[in-house]
Amino acid sequence: MGERTATPQEPLLTVEDVSLAFGGVRALTDVGFAVERGELFAIIGPNGAGKTSMLNCISGRYRPQKGRIRFQGRDITHLSPNDRANIGIGRTFQNLALFGHMSVLDNIMVGRHHLLRNNVVTGALYWLGGARREELAHRREVEEIIDFLEIQHVRKATAGTLSYGLRKRVELARAVALKPDLILLDEPMAGMNLEEKEDMARFIVDLNEEWGMTVVMIEHDMGVVMDISHRVMVLDFGRRIALGLPAEVMAHPQVRRAYLGVTDDEAAPAAETAQ
Amino acid sequence: MDWGLFVQLMINGLIVGALYGVVAMCFVLIYKASQVVNFAQGEFVLIGAWVCWFFLTKYQVPFFVGFLMTLAFMVAFGILIQVVVLRPMIGEPVISVIMVTIGLSIIFQALMKWAFGVFAQPFPPIFARESVAILGLEVRTVYLVSLVASLGIMGGFAYFFKATRMGLAMRATAFDQQVAQSLGISIRSVFAMAWAISAAVSAVAGVVVGVVNGVSSALSFIGIKVFPAVILGGLDSIVGGVLGGIIIGLLENLAHFVDSQWLHWGNLIEVVPFWVLIVILMIKPYGLFGTRDIERV
Repeated sequence: MGERTATPQEPLLTVEDVSLAFGGVRALTDVGFAVERGELFAIIGPNGAGKTSMLNCISGRYRPQKGRIRFQGRDITHLSPNDRANIGIGRTFQNLALFGHMSVLDNIMVGRHHLLRNNVVTGALYWLGGARREELAHRREVEEIIDFLEIQHVRKATAGTLSYGLRKRVELARAVALKPDLILLDEPMAGMNLEEKEDMARFIVDLNEEWGMTVVMIEHDMGVVMDISHRVMVLDFGRRIALGLPAEVMAHPQVRRAYLGVTDDEAAPAAETAQ
Repeated sequence: MDWGLFVQLMINGLIVGALYGVVAMCFVLIYKASQVVNFAQGEFVLIGAWVCWFFLTKYQVPFFVGFLMTLAFMVAFGILIQVVVLRPMIGEPVISVIMVTIGLSIIFQALMKWAFGVFAQPFPPIFARESVAILGLEVRTVYLVSLVASLGIMGGFAYFFKATRMGLAMRATAFDQQVAQSLGISIRSVFAMAWAISAAVSAVAGVVVGVVNGVSSALSFIGIKVFPAVILGGLDSIVGGVLGGIIIGLLENLAHFVDSQWLHWGNLIEVVPFWVLIVILMIKPYGLFGTRDIERV
């Protein structure tokens, strides 16, 4: 993994000293990190540590009171969520957020929204205005995503009727349809069984390696995090307590205390088993 | 029993009901997209009719041109209202937003009376033939055109939501604003567009009624009649709005028939929709097609 740190170019995403407070509650305090292009970056931490708040700051749902967020060298701190989606930041949500009444295909087509150029008028002149050509091109791309995530068999189904694991996959497909450079995944494997988790982990790795998407994910399953992520950041009470390679982070005493609930005297023997 | 009158009234009910349906659709559109209960919907109808009348009588433009100018005006008007008045209200309590739309309704009523007077004004004649015969029934051309226009608008809505990018964006926004934003949909432009479409299409209904009955401030009664229609159909269902409108239109004419034949109480046509409204709220609080709020504990 050393070759990534050697790249001279600017990181894809830079978070500089971000602080976020809700009234008296400090959700994030001076958190800073950088995600390189092509990286698979994980954020972990106990419940209420500020992981989702961090993701929401990047996706634009929250505006941090302090600090800056830069994406592809551009300051996006004050950009609206939809503008951020348009410049290449996609995301999924911790709680399922599919459009339940729409078909799987329509759900994914919403993800193509900003890439579709035709409006009501040119759409009405379906055969003339290139709307047909455009639609076909988009459908091809969408089919590719559907194939990749192995949801061919449910593409016409109403999203609300699918099983939990499938819905999570459709949600990922919708975010992928945006063709983002950076994809933010908020607990992509929460509530899944072992088999579904393995599938999802494979999809995420493929997205990262074959589709070239930079991934920032929040995940609680430590096994998955250790297996697939390149670097890990640990948050606790809104502060960054560790950042580094998975093995390094796991050996960090503060992490063990905060995240795994291990006291210092126990930490030494446990660290060995983790490696 | 006068069956000729019955048939006549039913056809009337269908035509008026279709118009209610169109306005109900506009109402639902705004509610779905931006969660605003728009009590000024009837005034959109009224303003559309007056503006069109103004273009036609003051500038003597041909009907078609004046009609298109009215639509353009209403689109701008809808966007203006949304941006200036309702955008700052986003996130405020529902009751405040409702008070604002009631305020808008009162202001527009007064404004229209001030600008155009309190008397009904007839539209200049538009169609060469006053009426056409269909299956032995004399049907006034405007009624026929109004029915065709209503059906056309409904078809247009269906196409818009099923097959266009903006329609899909609107459905997505109605379902979950946060998620829609995360997919690159601008909520602001969706809101503005919903208001623009709603205002313009309401104006079409206003023009049609104006051509039939003349324009006066009484036109905004449609806004009141639309409430039973949308409640009947379910506040957030566009199909429900259309069906609710037609049902209310038929019901009030049926009531009128019963009244004129047997009861002779007078004015049943005005009251019955609201009786229906009350009964429906008691039996099906979410309307025929509305989304039921399920509370999970």
